[in-house]
Amino acid sequence: MLTNQIRALARQATRTDSRSINVRSFTVTAGSRTRSVSSKTRSIRHLATKSSTASAKSASSASADSIVTTPPTGSAITLKSATRDESQFGTRPIYLDVQATTPTDPRVLDKMLTFLTGMYGNPHSSTHAYGWETDKEVEKAREYVAAVIKADPKEIIFTSGATETNNMAIKGVPRFYKKTKKHIITTQTEHKCVLDSARHMQDEGFDVTYLPVDEHGLISLDDLKAAIRKDTILVSVMAVNNEIGVVQPLKEIGKICRENKIFFHTDAAQAYGKIDIDVNDMNIDLLSISSHKIYGPMGIGACYVRRRPRVRLDPIITGGGQERGLRSGTLSPPLVAGFGEAARLMKEEMDYDKAHITRLSNKLKEGLLSIPATQLNGSNNPESQYPGCVNISFAYIEGESLLMALKDIALSSGSACTSASLEPSYVLHALGADDALAHSSIRFGIGRFTTEEEVDYVIKAINERVEFLRKMSPLWEMVQEGIDLDSIEWSGH
Amino acid sequence: MATSRQVLSLYKQLLEKAYKFDNYNFREYAKRKIHDSFKEHKGLSGQEQINSLYNSGIDSLAQLQRQTSISQMYTFEKLVVEPLDKHHH
Repeated sequence: MLTNQIRALARQATRTDSRSINVRSFTVTAGSRTRSVSSKTRSIRHLATKSSTASAKSASSASADSIVTTPPTGSAITLKSATRDESQFGTRPIYLDVQATTPTDPRVLDKMLTFLTGMYGNPHSSTHAYGWETDKEVEKAREYVAAVIKADPKEIIFTSGATETNNMAIKGVPRFYKKTKKHIITTQTEHKCVLDSARHMQDEGFDVTYLPVDEHGLISLDDLKAAIRKDTILVSVMAVNNEIGVVQPLKEIGKICRENKIFFHTDAAQAYGKIDIDVNDMNIDLLSISSHKIYGPMGIGACYVRRRPRVRLDPIITGGGQERGLRSGTLSPPLVAGFGEAARLMKEEMDYDKAHITRLSNKLKEGLLSIPATQLNGSNNPESQYPGCVNISFAYIEGESLLMALKDIALSSGSACTSASLEPSYVLHALGADDALAHSSIRFGIGRFTTEEEVDYVIKAINERVEFLRKMSPLWEMVQEGIDLDSIEWSGH
Repeated sequence: MATSRQVLSLYKQLLEKAYKFDNYNFREYAKRKIHDSFKEHKGLSGQEQINSLYNSGIDSLAQLQRQTSISQMYTFEKLVVEPLDKHHH
């Protein structure tokens, strides 16, 4: 117990350390000019560190005032200028991080409350009415979950979420066929849980090929074909990327896999209910679903496991043999029913939501890409890009500093799992982005409950803060003066 | 059989309820959704279809009644886009 506490404290300490890294002072030599930029760089860091503590404590105006350094001469703006008069407006940030999680739809909550109040039977109790009624509802939910991807309800296995499902697929299938097959193919831009499961399989003696992606984040089908071996058992390619929203060519991948008799798994946590998926048309054998990405409750997800031709896998959790023996354990009817209702709504409102999200996404993109030296990460082709995920790089600004300056908007520079570390995104690295670009990227998530008013606010706020931070940035100043940053020799001391 | 007066009354009742969401995003969504759904089916003439939509509207009204009450029971700070003095019911 005590050791655990000490460990936790130590972890915390390291985290704080990494946040307040001392910036080495640099002397920049550009042609004949020599000047020191340390003080400016330090003030940005100083600002970022301070505002992080401030936002952690509370969004009180006193602490916010103290972090605002004097704007550069000639600038009429401050970091706070996009925050409106606090006496007239609320203080809770706008939520623009729907790739991390979505708010629970009130209609989903309404469904769940039935179970949390009166319908409390164990769905596996087959001897009485309490069990029968919840079992009936669980099966109804299974139908709704299956219908979104045009699967058979019997092919849906409820799990605790997409991470468990990804583990189940990537570890389960190769383990079942380990006597004859030894090779797994996945991509470099997968979610951490897929990459980590694949690494575990490497420890168990499997070979893993990590396919590279092009500058838009798409894999090449020729690379895939070339990577296939006689002993390849599984191909795992995510449907929609969580950081840049790029949609992989699922149908083509499925076709290649079926021709080579390889199982095709796709992590559809970000795609389920948001893009058209037909497991039969796309020859998908296993598919991961998460409930809290579709306005459902957290703590539940599902795995689609094809029955014909049958996909066999070693279960990770064994026991009472529930869920076709692939995932034992009592189901949670409130979660399952909430998940089912969320899936039903996703299907019913797919076109309506899509139109709304696309409209807001275009508006946001237009408003942000008009800022000089910005770049959209992902694909420009609407066929291979999910509009609800907009990832933009703001050159000469550090993403984390911008996030700290934007405490009135809930955003992320990438996956929630890695947002605690300041390490740049590996997904953007895989696209060929350098450290600076990866550091300056921010992901905007638009969902069913995002409003136009919020998008307008965000466009205005980002425009102002980017201008402010750039005015403080020595790099930006040099770019404005026409100095090519690549020609600079950075000397650290 | 639902008459046009009943349909109009349902529309008004639904909107009235939607305004009662304390949560900004749910309130705005409910308003938008109700408005767009009625607009979408404006030209509907089949009595059977009208009846079935009317009945689902009645169910939605009951659901809104429950969910707006819950939204008013668990309140949070207003968002930065929300004017503070606007929502006195």
